[in-house]
Formats: sequence, structure tokens, C-alpha cells
Amino acid sequence: MALLKITSPHAHTAQSTASVMRLVLLATIPGLIALTLFFGWGSLINILLAGSVAVFCEAAVMHLRKRPVMFYLGDNSALVTAVLLGLALPPLAPWWVVVIGTSFAILIAKHLYGGLGYNPFNPAMVGYVVLLISFPVQMTAWPAPLPLYAEGVSPPEFLASLQIVFGLPGVETVDAFTAATPLDTLRQNSGLLIAQLYEQDPLFSLARWAGAGWEWVNLGFLLGGCFLLYRRVFTWHGPVAMLASLSLCAALFYDGGSSASHGSPLMHLLSGGTMLGAFFILTDPVSSATSNRGRLIFGALIGVLIFIIRSWGSYPDAVAFAVLLMNFAAPLIDNYTLPRTYGHKKSRRATEKKE
Amino acid sequence: MRKVWDLIGGVHPPENKHQSVQLPIGVLPLPEKLVIPLNQHIGAPAKLLVATGDRVLKGQELAEPTGLVSVGVHAPTSGTISDISEYPIPHPSGMAARSITLIPDGQEQWVDHVGIDTTYSFQDYSPAKLLEMIRHAGIAGLGGAGFPSAVKLSPRKAITTLIINASECEPYITADDMLMRERAEAIVEGVQILSYILGGPEEVLIGIEDNKPEARAALEPFVRDTHIQLVSFPTRYPSGGEKQLIQILTGREVPSGGLPADIGIVCQNVGTAFAVQKAIYFGEPLISRITTVTGRACATNRNYEVLIGTPIAHLLAHNGFDEHDCSRLIMGGPMMGFTLTDPDIPVIKTTNCILAASREESPTPPPSQPCIRCGMCAEACPASLLPQQLFWYAQSHNHERLEAHNLFDCIECGACSYVCPSNIPLVQYYRASKGEIRKQAQEKIKSDRARARFEFQKARKEQEEMAKAAKREARKQAAEQAKAMTAERGNKPQGSEDIVKAAMARAAESQTSPAEQQARLERGIARAESHLHTVEKRLETIREEGSEQQQEQARAAVEDARRRLEDARRKRAQLDEATGSPDTDKVMARLQAGPRETLEKKIASCKERIAVTRQKIADSDDETLKAALTSGLEKQQAKLADAQQALAELPDNTPDTPVTRETTDAAANAIAQAQARAAATRDLPAEEKLRQTVVALEGRIEKARAKLDEARAGESEYVNALQAGLEKLQDKLLDAQQQLNAIATQPSAVDDDSGDAASSAIARAQARVAELASMSEEDKLRETVTSLKSRLEKARIKLREAEAERSEHVDSLRTAAEKLQVRLTEAEQQLAEYHP
Ligand code: SF4
Ligand code: SF4
Repeated sequence: MALLKITSPHAHTAQSTASVMRLVLLATIPGLIALTLFFGWGSLINILLAGSVAVFCEAAVMHLRKRPVMFYLGDNSALVTAVLLGLALPPLAPWWVVVIGTSFAILIAKHLYGGLGYNPFNPAMVGYVVLLISFPVQMTAWPAPLPLYAEGVSPPEFLASLQIVFGLPGVETVDAFTAATPLDTLRQNSGLLIAQLYEQDPLFSLARWAGAGWEWVNLGFLLGGCFLLYRRVFTWHGPVAMLASLSLCAALFYDGGSSASHGSPLMHLLSGGTMLGAFFILTDPVSSATSNRGRLIFGALIGVLIFIIRSWGSYPDAVAFAVLLMNFAAPLIDNYTLPRTYGHKKSRRATEKKE
Repeated sequence: MRKVWDLIGGVHPPENKHQSVQLPIGVLPLPEKLVIPLNQHIGAPAKLLVATGDRVLKGQELAEPTGLVSVGVHAPTSGTISDISEYPIPHPSGMAARSITLIPDGQEQWVDHVGIDTTYSFQDYSPAKLLEMIRHAGIAGLGGAGFPSAVKLSPRKAITTLIINASECEPYITADDMLMRERAEAIVEGVQILSYILGGPEEVLIGIEDNKPEARAALEPFVRDTHIQLVSFPTRYPSGGEKQLIQILTGREVPSGGLPADIGIVCQNVGTAFAVQKAIYFGEPLISRITTVTGRACATNRNYEVLIGTPIAHLLAHNGFDEHDCSRLIMGGPMMGFTLTDPDIPVIKTTNCILAASREESPTPPPSQPCIRCGMCAEACPASLLPQQLFWYAQSHNHERLEAHNLFDCIECGACSYVCPSNIPLVQYYRASKGEIRKQAQEKIKSDRARARFEFQKARKEQEEMAKAAKREARKQAAEQAKAMTAERGNKPQGSEDIVKAAMARAAESQTSPAEQQARLERGIARAESHLHTVEKRLETIREEGSEQQQEQARAAVEDARRRLEDARRKRAQLDEATGSPDTDKVMARLQAGPRETLEKKIASCKERIAVTRQKIADSDDETLKAALTSGLEKQQAKLADAQQALAELPDNTPDTPVTRETTDAAANAIAQAQARAAATRDLPAEEKLRQTVVALEGRIEKARAKLDEARAGESEYVNALQAGLEKLQDKLLDAQQQLNAIATQPSAVDDDSGDAASSAIARAQARVAELASMSEEDKLRETVTSLKSRLEKARIKLREAEAERSEHVDSLRTAAEKLQVRLTEAEQQLAEYHP
């Protein structure tokens, strides 16, 4: 009898990295559905395209690094990156935008830094930012949400969407469908009170709380996020801190809804990539802060940054920049936010020498 | 209901406890052999009391505790000791340890054992007595690491809370659960004893996880009227960790690096309470325990009362063990237990569970994936650590960061590894890192010590070198001074009279009064006696346990001490003789034919000498010389007074000496010389004594040198001490030689080896006076020449010897010889004048 010599513990949860990633993928479904409902097939195409590119890149790198390809692909992490990027990109973005973004995210942002677990920056956000800086036109061309379409007109069908994405001749370009996002509308607003804006702009007048379509997309991601919280895939600290600080900033600068106002808290919470960022991006464990206390700080500062960039920056959305900036700060935050260990009077610093 | 606090972190592994509680606690047939390790607990291994081949009775002490943190082991049954040797023991490292193998004889014959007198309660005994009983019953903590219970029960601080750990949070294990179900009364009695020993803490809590309602129900009736409280809390691993249980029950935390006793808490396992009850009530030592045999690789899952030392294989064999389905054999639970590679390993006092896990239950772990920093481990950690950071720094061997992240507060519960989705064996990394850091710390201590030792040695050597150099310098100077002095003295034309005087002065200077001298010698003797006593004693002890060499040394020391004592005694005897010897004046008076005249002469010569000395004192500008001369002067004056008195007392009818004036002069001269020497001798048989000292010293130096050489050869640590001793002896010898030299350079001393015999010298002088009186001038001269020749001859021989030995006396001897030569030439010339 060959008795194994293995150290404790000898029991293990059924949970694996792959299953964690699968849960994350699962949790994106409500948001994806909302996106598809309101903005057409574009996001799904993005995801499929990005997914295959990501898997291919991952496999290629593993092959190059002489690692067991299937074992590493099995952790689903590349897929998660691809899906998140695909959700963040504008639907109907040209195929090459997706390919460039995804391969940059996987090859450079992830594997150049050592692969899963070693990347200091969120790969999806790196890909997004690279694209945003390189191809601002393509990256800001968001289709109009469904409610804005005139009677009888509908967003392109799946095949038409494919044709648009791959730039095949014979169909309209994406420009035919684009419209300003609520955040764009707000930034471009001059001289209108918020109440007036809400009344006049169909983007708001046709919406229930924030921006037509966008509010549902965000609610979809919120739902998925709550599911992940429930499944304890991450803790509440990061997302809640971010949402709270964003709301707080918005409330502070709401300015009673004047023409100089930067929008209501609710508008901020349900616009752009807020919920996607809160529950799927800044909760990326690898590049966020480690301890719960650290994550509170990490999330709160991201919220503040998002608001600042949205209000005074020149980019349509700010989640990617805010997250990347805070990725820089995460190790520093970690050093000063060690939890108080059992039996110690107070927490220590990671940089501390002997007690 | 008492408030309970929440466990921080924690996990919910599948309990798997129901399988093993279906059957009551069972008993197994005796195994073929029992293997009892001498160290089944934390602390020093027990000291063996039996030998191979001994027949022992059940409960007989096989090994007794050595030191405070140690417990004994007892025979689990009667039988014969077949072997005492290294045997694999249950330990994570799979190491072996000294163990006793016992072949049971099947008779189960108990040794005499009694508990407390049942007519009294245990409260009629002192806690100390009860503690002693517990210690002798070999009870070590049955729950965890096996810390000797008696030690834990005698804390240095006042205890306010006694916690009985009945949590049993590890999956699969039900040993405590079943024990509580079946032996509740005994457990409660044991708890009461523990509480009494601890001086009656305010609170006595039995902490039970809420998944053991049967056990709680069994205990309830017995605790109802006591101050013991049963406290249930939610089931969550690792609530049974000592620190965690304390936190759950009291909300307090054991300070990092501290003990529960630091916050007034003592924790004991239910099994320990049961063992204590057996020990106190019945005097039964800890020879068995409840062990769960479980896992799907065993057909029967059940608890047994197992004899300590039972091979695991025996347990498995009686439970339908299917070795083909077994993926690992674990001692302890699945969370903290360790795998066994040898089923022959025995059950020990801390063995609460044998888990034979099937492949399905414990599949071979998949390869670990990279840490995705998901933080699930941190959520599970009951110590509020950041396992993912610890893992990160453990991989990079960053010990500083590991310590800053409180690695040493990790209780190795395995909760983090349990939840880790990447399957990282985190605990393994922590154990390894802890080991590394401990080793490094130890090495640092060692190297620090070595450095300190090296530096100390270096400093000492330097000091010694300096001291030696200083001594050498001093010796050289002293030698030069002595040479200069002797040279000076040798160059000075001196009459024999002067020399005698100078000798007297020196003697007076260097010697204290006889009384003082005597006192000093007395002290010396006492010292020597006590020294001898000590070294004899040392020799005694060394003879018993010391090494050859040590014995040799001790013997030499005793020899040395004996000789010193004898030396001291002899000196004492000499002094007695010298002081007690007849006064030279009286001798002279007795010998002198014409005392009156002699006395008159003596008075005259004394006066003369006093005048000369006075003159010298006046002329001299050397302080020491002056002092010496003054003291000599005083003596002369005293002598003068004596002589005058003697003359006054002389009866008038004393006949005059019938000798010529001339002869009388010469004779008087000789007598005076002898007399002076006698006086010197009385105060100090200086030369002889010195010579003896020199001889003795030379002997001792010889010995010391031999010893030193021996020590050097053996690289003994005494080399330095011996060297120093030798140097001291050499110094002493040098001193003695100088003194001796100073005396020996005087012709009066040189020509006569037995120069201290004053009376014989006087007698000789007398004889010569008589001779001279009857001799012609020519004869006298001839006589003088002959004597001078022989003296010169002697002096030359001595000189040659000295030269051969490169003695320091060479110079002085040469001067002496030259002087003799001069005198001889003079005498020969005078003699020649008689024969023109
Ligand atoms: S649970 Fe495992 S993968 Fe997750 S952070 Fe901890 S060590 Fe890393
Ligand atoms: S093994 Fe150590 S680090 Fe892991 S959960 Fe337990 S105490 Fe925390």
C-alpha cells in the first residue's frame, strides 16, 4: 500500500478557480441581455470575437511558455477578460478594434507581467484604454438605445450587425445608428437646468430614472453583481465603497439641478459603465487591494476619480482610467491596511520591521 | 443564555461525523504488541525505569517525568518488555523516537493503585497533592499538542475562567462527542477537580458546538447544580482552536505570543478532564484513550477505547480496512491531521482519530494554480491574517514581510487552504517559512554568540600579551638593576667589616622581626593547610567522575599543596630554631677566655664602627642605603649598649686572657666577623633560607613546566592559567636568586657554604685565634696564602659553573674571584718580603 504523504488540510472545497470564473461569466448575463435588448447584437458579437481571440492568445502564450495549454485554459480567466472587454466596448465596434484590444489585454497586460495572478493592471481595462486612446472615433460611436429609434425603425439584425462589424459592403455603417450617451449629453449641456434637460432630451425623457437603455444595462450588471456577492465570489467592500463615494460626489456637486450641475447621483449610478465597473472590474482580485479595509479605500477613491474624470475630463467615461490609476496605488494601500491579527492590539504595517 | 461571540473567518467543511456515532464506544482485543514512545507530548522525554526483559504490570510506570515540562508513561497492560529502541512515532515528519515495546501477556494484571480515599472528597486534598497525582498519572493534553496537564494547571497568574474544550470542530472526529455521551458524569467530576485545582475560577465553561445536542443533553443533568455552564455555539471550523474558543466564549483574545493564562484563562480538553477524574478517584494512569476510527476505507466507523501504544494496523484490521480504496491514512482530522506512511505506528496520548480516507473522499489534490488573489483565504482565516500575502512572501522568502504580516500568529488551521480555489497548499508554505525563520533566528543567535566569544577571547589574549610583555620588561629591568647594583658593589673597595655591616643592614631591611615573621609563617601554614584540604576534596570528586587528565592534575595539585605545607612548616621550625638559639653574645662570652678584655675590645670596635657608619650615612645620598645604614647603626648601638652592660656586669675576678695583643686583635676581628654573621643569621638564616627557597622554586618551576607542556599537548583550556602560574614562579625564583646573589657575593658568605652556623663559625674563629697565637708571622702569612688559594680555587670553580649555566651571578662571582686574586697576590707579596 502506497500511503501518500500530504500535508493538511486533507479536505477541500469544491470551488476552483475555473468555477469562480464561471460564476463571473454567469453573472454578466443580465447585463448582456440588457445590452442586447437595447443596443442590438453588437455586444454579443464583441464577446464572441474577443473570447475567441483571447483563448487563442492564451493558448499561444502557454504554448510558447511550454506550459500545459489545456490546464491553463481551464481556469477561464482569459475568457473573463475577453467578456469584460467585450461588454465595455461599444456595440458594433469594428472587428479589428476588438481584436487589437483583446490581444493587447491578454498578451501585454496579462502575460507580459507573468500571467494570471501577477498582472498589476486589470487587463480588460488596459485593452480598453489603449483602444480609447488609439481609436477615439470608433470607441465613442455608441449606437442609440432602442427607445430612441423612430417608429418602425429597428436596430440592425444579427447578420446585419456582423456585416457592420466586419465592414462588409452593402450595409450602412455604424454611424447611422449612433447617438450621444447620457454622459455625453450632460457634458455638452450648456444653459439648461437638469429638469429642463430631462424633459427636452428624449434620452432622458424616455427613461425611467437615468438614461434610456443605459439604466437597464446598469441594473442588469447590478443584479449580476449581487449574485456574485451572494455567492461570496468577492466581498462587498470595493463595490459599495465605489458606489457610495460616486453618489456622494454627485450629490455634493448636484448644485440643485442647475445648468452647471454634473448630474444627479442616480444618473451617475445608472449611466455608462458604473455598475459594470463596480462589480466586475474593480473586483478583479488580482489588481485590486488585498484586505477589506484596503478595498474600501480602493473602491472609494475609484468612485471619486470616476466622478472627477466624468465631470471635468474630456473622455466619455471614466471607469477604465479610474481603475487603472488605482491599480497603481493598490500595493501602497496594501502596505498600510493590514487587518488586525488575532491577539494583536492594532494592525501593523507591511513595511514594519520586527515588533 | 450566555452571550457567545462570533468566530472570525472559519469554514464549513462537510462534517462527516454521523458515521462514527452509530455504535457505542467499543473495546478491541489486545494487540500482539504495544509500542509506547517515551515522548508523546511537548517537553522533555520521560526517563526510562525498566529494562528489556522486565515483566511489568498494567499501570506500572515505565518511564518517569524528567523536569517540569514532562510526563511519565505507563504500561497499558501487563506483559513483558521485549525491546527498547528507536521506533517510528506519529509525527508529521515521520520521525522515529525511543519507544518501549511491550508484549502483553493477556492477564491484564493491575499494579497496586489507589485514588483518593473515597470517604473524603477531593477537596480534602491540597491542590498541590492533586497536581502531583495528575503528573504521576502521565496526563498530557488529550486534545491538541499534548502539553503536560500538570504544567498547564499550575499557571503563574490567577485564573478567572476555566474553559473545557468540547468543541471538536474537526470533521469526522467524534471521540469527545462519544465520551461525553457515555461518560458525562465522570467528565463533570473531572471538571470539578480541575476547577478546584485552579482555585475555583469565577467561571467554568464547557464549550460545545451546536452539532452535538446528544452530548450536551448527556452533560446537562450533571452540571445542573454546579457552577459549570454549558455553552453552545454555531458549528464552524476552527472553533475548537484554543484561541478561537476563548474568543467565542469570552470575546477576549490571547495576546500574540502569550498564553491563555495571561488573560486569566485555562483551557482543557474534555478527554483530559476524564483522564483527571480517573487518576484522582482511582489512581489510574493515562493508559488508554478514545479514538475515532473512520473514513470510507474502513467498513466500520466507530470509536474505541484504545490502549496507548496500539499499532494503527491493529485498529484498522478490526474495522474492515480496505487498503486498496485508501488514498491516505490520516492521524487526526482532515483539516489538521497528518498523513501516516507506516500503519505500524502506535496510538499515542494525542491520537483522537484515525481517518482512512477513500479515494473518493480525499482524491489526490490537483496541481495548484496561480493565486488569483481572490481573498477567499483571508475571509476564512480565523486569525485575520492575509494568507494570500503570506503566500506571496513565502514564495519569495521575504522573511521580514512575513513577520510583519504576523506569520507566527497563523495557527495552521488550514481554513485558507481549504477554501483556496487555486488549490494552493498554503499551510505547507507557512510551515516551511516558519521553519526557515526559526532556523535563521537560531543561527543568528549562534553566530552572535560565536562572535562574542571570539571577540572576548581576542581581547583576553591581547590583555595577556600585554601583561606578559609588561612582566618581561619588569624582569629585564630588575635584572639590569641587580647587575648594576652588584657591579657597583663589586667595584667598591670594601673591607670585610663593611660587607658584614652592609649584609646586616640588608638583612635588617629585608627581614621583619622574628615575631612578625612567625605570624606570617603561621598564616602561611594555615593557608597551605586549607588549600591542601580543598585540593584533596576536589581530587575526591574528580576521582568519581573526572577524566584521567583531570585526576592527574588534581593529584599534582594535592602534591603541590602538601609540599607547600611542608615547606611552610619547615620554615616555621627554622625560625623557631633561629630565634630560640643561644644569643651569640652569650656564646661568645662562654667561649671567650678573657671576657672582660674581649668586651672592652668589642666596645671599642663597636664605637669605631658606629663612627664609620655615621660617617657613611653623612656621606651617602642614596635614601635606601641611608635607611639601611641607619638601621644598621641602630643595631650597632644596641650591641654597644649590650656589650657595655655585659662589661659592667662582668664579675671583677674574671681572669684576663693570656694572649698577645696582636693575636687578640686578629682573633677579635675574626670573632667580630663571625659574630656579625651570627647576628645576621639570627635575624635571618638568609642565605640558607634563600637557597632552600631557590631549590624549592626550581623544583616547582620544573613541575609547572611539565604540566604546562602537557596542557599544551592536550590543548587544555588551562594553558593560560598554567602559563601565568609558571611566570609567577619564575618571578619568585628570580627574586630569590637576586636576594641570594646579594648575600652570596660577600666573601664571607661565598667561602663558607654552611655560613649560617654561627656557633661553628665562632668556634672555628676561636680555633684560629688560638692557632694564630701560636704561629709565627710567616706561618700566618703562609696559612693565609693557602687559605686564599683554596678559596680562589673554589671561587673559580663556581664561576666556571656559573658561566656554563649562564647564570646571572657570573659577574658577581667574577668580581669576588678577582678580589680574592688581589688579596692572594698581596699575601704572597707579604710572604715574599719575609724571604728577601
Ligand atoms: S484563496 Fe487561494 S487564490 Fe484566493 S487569494 Fe487566497 S491563496 Fe490566492
Ligand atoms: S492556516 Fe493560518 S493563514 Fe490559513 S486560515 Fe489558518 S490561521 Fe489563517
